[in-house]
Amino acid sequence: MITLESISKVFHPGTVNENLAMDNVSLKVNPGDFITIVGSNGAGKTTLFNLISGSLFPSTGKVSIHDKDMTRIPEYRRAKFIGRIFQDPTLGTAANMSLEDNMVICSKKGFKGIKMSLNASKRKFFQEELKPLEMGLENRLKDNVGLLSGGQRQALTLLMTVLSRPDLLLLDEHTAALDPRNAQIVLDLTQQFITDYNLTAMMITHNMKHAIDYGNRLLMMDKGHIILDVSGEEKKRLTVDALVKKFHEIKKEEYATDEDLLVT
Amino acid sequence: MIEGIIVDGLIFSILALGVFISFRILDFPDLTVDGSFATGAAIVAICIINGLGIFIGIVLAFIGGAIAGVVTATIHNKLKVPNLLSGILVMTMLYSINIRILGGRANIALLRVDTIFTKVITLGGSIPREYALLLFMIIFVMVIKVLIDLFFRTDLGITMGALGNNEQMITTNGVNPETMKVIGLGLSNGLVALSGALLGQYQGFADAKLGQGMIVEGLAAVMLGEFLLRSNKIFYITLRVVLGAILYKGLMFFGRYYGYYINMTPSDLKMITSILVIVSLVIAKSQDSAGQRRKEQK
Repeated sequence: MITLESISKVFHPGTVNENLAMDNVSLKVNPGDFITIVGSNGAGKTTLFNLISGSLFPSTGKVSIHDKDMTRIPEYRRAKFIGRIFQDPTLGTAANMSLEDNMVICSKKGFKGIKMSLNASKRKFFQEELKPLEMGLENRLKDNVGLLSGGQRQALTLLMTVLSRPDLLLLDEHTAALDPRNAQIVLDLTQQFITDYNLTAMMITHNMKHAIDYGNRLLMMDKGHIILDVSGEEKKRLTVDALVKKFHEIKKEEYATDEDLLVT
Repeated sequence: MIEGIIVDGLIFSILALGVFISFRILDFPDLTVDGSFATGAAIVAICIINGLGIFIGIVLAFIGGAIAGVVTATIHNKLKVPNLLSGILVMTMLYSINIRILGGRANIALLRVDTIFTKVITLGGSIPREYALLLFMIIFVMVIKVLIDLFFRTDLGITMGALGNNEQMITTNGVNPETMKVIGLGLSNGLVALSGALLGQYQGFADAKLGQGMIVEGLAAVMLGEFLLRSNKIFYITLRVVLGAILYKGLMFFGRYYGYYINMTPSDLKMITSILVIVSLVIAKSQDSAGQRRKEQK
């Protein structure tokens, strides 16, 4: 459903800071895939997401969504197909607005007209949706989102993002800024939503164990390349040790420490 | 006397509502206001003098201001000019345009012609002049306030409300933030021009420099209002802008009449206004950080 064809991205071309962040990458995301992405810092994971979501345009190559060329389509128009969650919990919600107002913005993608859709039945619907989070948010519809904790905000962002049932869910280390307990809650919710609504998702993580435990396909990136792409049975058999070994095999060079790779 | 201050404040509150939309909702410090305020007065004056009618004049004033706002937003969006600068550029352009609207003059007097206020006084019959004006302005501002409240409860309005908070969120949800800025600044400057149109008729002349310093005055009103009421409900948020505007005009009145005790002249008022804004900013900031500390201690 999403295809990247020989995508390259150069930052600051023609200057001393010229940096090839993405080097001739091709990728086909199949419907129903749940892809986890690992790689050291600067490997190009977030750049990959930026290219898919349209907040960056590639220097060369083609991005298609549903077989339509979207290479030059701006981010806000691609957002109809793509839901994205960032590491920073404050990026997904508007802090100075009430929970229900935040949910109105997310319940329908695209330009909103002059109509009042927030009514009793909509509130009821929001409450029903909030209940599975088990955070008591269903009783706080009128509260400002800024009053919620980071974990609550990220869980809310996740819920709001899947509310519109995006074709592709991009999760950019969305649990990295949370404490371990909240991170686990948000991860479990993520898994649950993806299964329940049969979503296609890509998740960047620095946690090797998460990368192996979740999803049906795993990508490893390094220096703007996808250096490993495993799925199905092969992915199921992966262990953290095997993954690290594989990384070295492909790279054919020893890392000074494995910590570059294994930030858990 | 008090009626006069309130009428003054109510006329001014429409400008404050406009400033509130750009500064608070869009988080776009829009200096177009200094120009579009005079544009409103100029358009309505020229319409009345040329017999187009008061009502058409007021509608055209709103549209004129809205166009100015749209131009500012477009310069910012398409040419990637920083928001402050695009406002200053349009404000400067408007100074020339306002003189053109006024037919090559820097000001026009509205003497011995009907304005909306003379009509109201006639319509009021035996009601004393100042009470008729007060009643009319209360109704007028309430209608505008309710319309704004309704707008910010629509899906479009709610989305616009999130823009100043979190532009990324708007984009992630498939809305073009640039479109929101165009609509928001159009609405904001339309209101500002409407306020100018009323003030021009109230004081009986339109001047190309009428808007000088209005942005800071509007901001002072918005900030004063924020000390009066605390709420996240749009009803109270717009109400406090109106109350802040009246309070501001009251303060300025006392400054003008009793300031001489401390050797203050009316020309010092602009400085006082700016200091008022600075003090409000400092207080708001310290309250914010105090709230933050309280939250962290929990």
